[in-house]
Amino acid sequence: MATKTFHAIYNDDDILMQAVKDVRAEHYHIEEVYTPFPVHGLDKAMGLPYTRIAITSFMYGLVGLTVSVLMMNFIMIEDWPQDIGGKPSFSYIENMPAFVPIMFELTVFFAAHLMVITFYMRSKLWPFKKAENPDVRTTDDLFLMAIDGGNKDNDTVTEFLKNTGAIEIKLVENDEDH
Amino acid sequence: MYTLPNKLKLFAIIFMVVGALGVIAGFITAPSSTEDVKEMMADHHGDDHGAATEAHATVAGEHATEAHAEEAHDSDAHYEHVLHQMQNRPWSAVYIAAFFVFMISLGTLAFYAIQYAAQAGWSPVLFRVMEGITAYLPIGSIVMFVLLLLSVFHVNHIFHWMDPELVDPDSEHFDSIIAGKSGYLNGPFFLIRAAIYLIGWNLYRHFSRKYSLKLDETNDTSWFKKNFKLAAGFLVFFIVTESMMSWDWIMSFDPHWFSTLFGWYVFAGMMVSAITVIALVTIVLKGQGYLEFVNDSHIHDLAKFMFGFSVFWTYLWFSQFMLIWYANIPEEVTYFVTRIEDYKVPFFGMLVLNFVFPILLLMNSDYKRVNWFVVMTGIVILAGHYIDVFNMVMPATVGTSWFIGLPEIGALLFFGGLFIWVVFAALAKAPLLAKHNPFIKESKHFHY
Repeated sequence: MATKTFHAIYNDDDILMQAVKDVRAEHYHIEEVYTPFPVHGLDKAMGLPYTRIAITSFMYGLVGLTVSVLMMNFIMIEDWPQDIGGKPSFSYIENMPAFVPIMFELTVFFAAHLMVITFYMRSKLWPFKKAENPDVRTTDDLFLMAIDGGNKDNDTVTEFLKNTGAIEIKLVENDEDH
Repeated sequence: MYTLPNKLKLFAIIFMVVGALGVIAGFITAPSSTEDVKEMMADHHGDDHGAATEAHATVAGEHATEAHAEEAHDSDAHYEHVLHQMQNRPWSAVYIAAFFVFMISLGTLAFYAIQYAAQAGWSPVLFRVMEGITAYLPIGSIVMFVLLLLSVFHVNHIFHWMDPELVDPDSEHFDSIIAGKSGYLNGPFFLIRAAIYLIGWNLYRHFSRKYSLKLDETNDTSWFKKNFKLAAGFLVFFIVTESMMSWDWIMSFDPHWFSTLFGWYVFAGMMVSAITVIALVTIVLKGQGYLEFVNDSHIHDLAKFMFGFSVFWTYLWFSQFMLIWYANIPEEVTYFVTRIEDYKVPFFGMLVLNFVFPILLLMNSDYKRVNWFVVMTGIVILAGHYIDVFNMVMPATVGTSWFIGLPEIGALLFFGGLFIWVVFAALAKAPLLAKHNPFIKESKHFHY
C-alpha cells in the first residue's frame, strides 16, 4: 500500500516547538524531526520516551571501576610488588589511595566511550554510512518535521501545516511495497 | 508577602534556649583543676559511665583514658594536658557551631554574587531566599569576631599559637616554627585581618541587598548594573579573603601544619552547605504555599549544584589527603595520623555522609526533582559538613578528649535556632519575588 509523508520545513526553533505541540494536539503522527542543532525540550514536546542511556552509562562506569580495581591489584600487588615511597605493595587496601585516580579515570573512560558506542549502535550509525536525511538544508539552518499523512485529505493537512508556521510543505509518496 | 509564623519563632527560641542550656552545662561540667580530672577518671573506673550529670565529661575522660592506657597514667603533666583539653572543649564546640552556621550565610553570599556576575537567567526567583539567608551574616560576623577577640585576649586557649611563651626565646616552651610564623600569626594582625574580611563581606551584603530592593521600587536597571559590578568586585575580594580566613580561623589551629589548597577545601564545604540550605529554605517556603513561581526545574538545578559541589568537595579532600599520605613527610602527615587514630568514626563517617550519600541519592536525574529526597540528602550533607568542620578544629584543640555531647549539640542548636529566626524574619521584610530584575521573566519560565 502506498503511504504518504508530509515534510514541513520551519526556519525557527521556537516556531518549530509550537508547531510540534499543535501537530500533536491534532493527533497527527510525527515520524521524525530533523534539526541543525539540538533543540532543548523537543524530545518532551514530541512525546518521546525517556532515554535509558544514563542507566547504561552508570553500568559502564561500574564496569570501568571494577576493571581498574582488578587491574591495579594484578599489576601493583600480585604480579610485581614494589616499595614505592616506603609503602611496600603487599596489601591492596593499604595502597588503595594511590589507585583512586586510576579508578576515577577508568570509570569515566568506560562510561564515556561505551556510552558513545551504545548511542551509535542504537541510532544505527557507523563510519561511512550514508546519511538518512530527507533534505540537506536541515544540516544548515532549517528544521524539518516529517508527518505521517495516513489517509487524511492532502489539502487539509497542507493548510493546517501552513498555519503552524511552515515555510515550505512537501508531500512525499512512498510507493514501495512493505 | 511572607510573614514569620509564630510557631517557627517559638521553635527557634526553644532551639536557642535548649542549646544555651547545653552550652552552659558544658562550661559548668568542664573541670577546673587537675583534681577534677582525676576524680572524673576515677569515677569512670569506679562505676561504669558515672553519674548522669557528668555523663558527657566522663565519656570525654573515657577517650583520654583509652588513648593513654599504656602510658604513665599518673603523671601530673598528663592530667594537666587532659585538663586543658577538657577546658577547651566547650569553647571549641561553640566555635565550630558558630563558624559552621556563619559559613552557610557566607557561602550563600558568594553564590548570590556569582549569580549576579554571571547574569544567570535561572536563579533570580531565588534571590530573595538567598538575601534572607545572608541576613545572618552581620550577626554571624559579630559572633565570630567576639569569639576571636576572646581567644586573642586569652579567655580561652583554643588557638595554641596565641600562647606568648611559644614565641619567647627565653622560655622553655619556645617553639621556633611558631616564632618564625609570628610575623603573620600574631594577635593584633590576626584581628585586623579578621576585621577587614568581615567588614568587606558585610559591606557587599549591605549594598547588594539595598540595590536589589531599590531596583524593585524604581524599576531602574542602573541598580542592576551597579549590583553586577559590585558582585564582580566582591568575588575577587572574596576568593582572596576566604582563603586567608580559612588559614587564620581554621588552619592555624594546627600552627605547624599547612596545606596549600586549604582555602579551596573550606570553600567547597562552604558552598555545598550554602546551596543545600538555599534548597531547604526554598522547599520549606514552597511547602507553606509561598514561592509559587519556583518550579521543579529550580529545585533540580539546586540539587545538581548540591551533587556537583559534594563531588568537588570530595575531590579537594582527596587531593589534599593523597599528596600528604603519599609524600609521608612527618610535619604534614601528622595531621591525618591524629585524625585517623583518634577520630576514626567522624573522619571516615564524614566521607560517607559527604560523598557516598549525595552521589548515590542525587545521581538520578528524577530524584533531584523529588522534594523530600532533596531534603533528606540535604540533612545528610549538612550533618556531614558539620562533622567536617568538627574534624578540622577539634583534634588540635581537645585532642583525644572529644565527644559529640551536650556542648556540641547545644551550640549547634543555639546557632541553628538563631539562624532560623534571623533568616525567616529577614524573608518577611521584603516581597519574595525580585519582580523588576531584568531576568525575572526568564527565571519564571525556566525549565530544564
